[in-house]
Amino acid sequence: MAKHHVTATVNGDAVEFLCETEETLLDCLRDQLGLIGTKEGCSTGDCGACSVTVDGRLVCSCLMLGVEANGKSVATIEGMAQGDVLHPLQRKFIEHAALQCGICTPGFLVAAKSLLEKSPNPSETEVRYWLAGNLCRCTGYDKIVRAVLDAAAEMRGA
Amino acid sequence: MQEKVREPGSEFKWVGTRPDRPDGADKVTGRARFGADLAMAGQIVGKVLRSPHPHARIRSIDTIAAEKLAGVKAVVTAKDFKDQPSEFIPAGEMMINYRDVVRSVMAREKALYEGHPIAAVAATSTAIAKQALKLIKVDYEVLPHVIDVVEAMQPGAPLLDEGMFTAGVEPAPKTPSNVAKRVEFVLGDVAAGFKQADVVVERSFTTKPVHQGYIEPHACIASVSEDGQADLWVTTQGHWIVRAHCARLLGWDISKIRVTASEIGGGFGGKTVVYLEPVALALAKKAGRPVKMVMTREEVFRASGPTSGAHVRVKIGARKDGRIVAAEAELKYQAGAFPGSPVQPGAMCAYAPYDLENVKVVGYDVVTNRPKVAAYRAPGGPISEFAVESVIDEIAGKIGMDPIELRLKNAAKQGTKAAYGPKFGPIGMIATLEAAKAHAHWRTPLGKNQGRGVASGFWFNIGGETAVSLSLNEDGTLALTAGTPDIGGLRASLCMMAAEELGVPMDKIRVAIGDTNSLGYNFLTGGSRSTFSSGMATVEAAREVIKESCKRAAKLWELPEDAVEYKDGAVRPAGPNAGKHNPMTLKEIAGIAGKTGGPIAGYSRINAAGAAPSLATHVCDVEVDPETGRVWVVRYTAIQDAG
Repeated sequence: MAKHHVTATVNGDAVEFLCETEETLLDCLRDQLGLIGTKEGCSTGDCGACSVTVDGRLVCSCLMLGVEANGKSVATIEGMAQGDVLHPLQRKFIEHAALQCGICTPGFLVAAKSLLEKSPNPSETEVRYWLAGNLCRCTGYDKIVRAVLDAAAEMRGA
Repeated sequence: MQEKVREPGSEFKWVGTRPDRPDGADKVTGRARFGADLAMAGQIVGKVLRSPHPHARIRSIDTIAAEKLAGVKAVVTAKDFKDQPSEFIPAGEMMINYRDVVRSVMAREKALYEGHPIAAVAATSTAIAKQALKLIKVDYEVLPHVIDVVEAMQPGAPLLDEGMFTAGVEPAPKTPSNVAKRVEFVLGDVAAGFKQADVVVERSFTTKPVHQGYIEPHACIASVSEDGQADLWVTTQGHWIVRAHCARLLGWDISKIRVTASEIGGGFGGKTVVYLEPVALALAKKAGRPVKMVMTREEVFRASGPTSGAHVRVKIGARKDGRIVAAEAELKYQAGAFPGSPVQPGAMCAYAPYDLENVKVVGYDVVTNRPKVAAYRAPGGPISEFAVESVIDEIAGKIGMDPIELRLKNAAKQGTKAAYGPKFGPIGMIATLEAAKAHAHWRTPLGKNQGRGVASGFWFNIGGETAVSLSLNEDGTLALTAGTPDIGGLRASLCMMAAEELGVPMDKIRVAIGDTNSLGYNFLTGGSRSTFSSGMATVEAAREVIKESCKRAAKLWELPEDAVEYKDGAVRPAGPNAGKHNPMTLKEIAGIAGKTGGPIAGYSRINAAGAAPSLATHVCDVEVDPETGRVWVVRYTAIQDAG
């Protein structure tokens, strides 16, 4: 069967790619666009390693088809830093050692950024609930939650 | 700005601080490349056909239709791997047998678990590879299976290996069974001990074959040139181990294979063995194209090793004064499809935290129709210790003694002879118990529906073969290369140690994990060995750089070598006859390296000795919701004797 032609915006850039019907957005990002920062941990929407935003909404890119991204705006971990300046969340993750092996980190960062866009002053509980869809097996969640709260405070200018 | 914690009065400048990790920026930006993240020109996709049956004899495999499918470039089965003789070799904290590894990588006579690899294909797309798998015809004779450890030990249980006669039993059994091995550790006389007991508690425990659950599935990409030189990129805890296993299974010289360890997305012991790697190499050789193989999460759970599920019986007798007079344990550990559960370390750990006169621990290594178990965070230890510690808490309750006091009365200390053989050196068991007793947690009142448990634990830790290189760059900065995959911050630790020795800032050192061609043999990351062993080698390599730098300055200054010293990042004249020379920094030394003898580098090759066991005491409060049965942890205090 012929492949689908998809045009979308990824991290602010216009992109186009061809994909099979059954290819997920995750496959397309990684295999067609070379954006390997988005990770595949489970393919069932359980681990959150593949988190991206689509038109501002946080999604597991393993649960969405590539063709569904047509005409949409996708943001991945690769678009988070501005030039050579890390996003406050990225910096705080490093400072708080909120990562160990790092495989879950892009997903956590994308999810956390999405939270702070909606809720610039989240409570700890809110952070924990929002990040409940992202699994980490190395550090536990405490440092991650602290890093998010610290980044939120800095971004608010507190 | 982050907190840079240093202990007051510390003799160290870098060690003990909390610098940004060298791998941090790459990991927060998505740059870090894990097992599935490398692409090679012309790469194709490898997929594995797995047994739908937990136990079946393989009568035949017909791959002709799959091979003929357009887009299929290679198909492999067990025929592509030479059979191996039975021979146990150390692999981390576990032992492996190549006869079993070759069968684990590709089923030969039988499929031994649901998910056991039967064949593999490489094709130009995932869709074609999957279609090709469906075209492979396998004629199975389905056999009865057994997945429970106790049932597997029963007479008449389905036999996984008709040639398996329990080792470690005298006289040797005449009939085969699923029990691969019996181990026993005995101290004193437990029967006599139980006669002195005022209280005896006997309990049985069942544990599940819990999977390590690393977020990154197994993944690799293999490329084999027409001249037989192979490159393998893989997520692993030990790329030298992967190289050795692949060379052995494929019958290639080790020199033909260069393995690069990708960033590793968690392992916890589970990435100390090979699954896809020899298959990817075999497919790549046949196809003449790079082959990338990535397990799905489903494949990880179906076909890679969890820890053992187990059945454990513990019987402990104590006097009213709290002295344990007899301690017995029987451990039945699932090995999965092939022998080699961690029952031996489990048996060794069971009573290791205690100084006891009468101990008997018996362990059984039992095969079942499940994936072969793999190492998992102190393999075997938590299973037996969970059972023992639960019974010790119950004994404390029965004699009305504080459970920490009870443990203190029986704690192992320097000079204690452990049931598994050695006499302990200086260990911190008592210190962890005293710290737990002194901690505010122990005095915190419990709320409604809350309970408190305490447990102590023991693990060995290992050293092993390690090589590290440290090169002085032309501008005086440094390149540090280690060979133990960095699973949790190794690069930061090594960088701090090198900076400490050399007296230079950490950011002057670029640290990397080298491929198998860049260093001598490195044993894998496991057993808490990588910071210990690669750290020791890093310090040695740094001292070699210092020694050589001194030699070069001495040459320039026309002084004997002992008339110069290295201090605060510079070589200086030392002693009364050294004369006046301006100190030479590493930058200046690097500048004269060429004309004083060539590049300066340290290269340490060691078999790190002196790893000490670690002991721990943890206190945990949980709360139960009596309506829903939900249990959650409300307070947890961990006290570690880190060795």
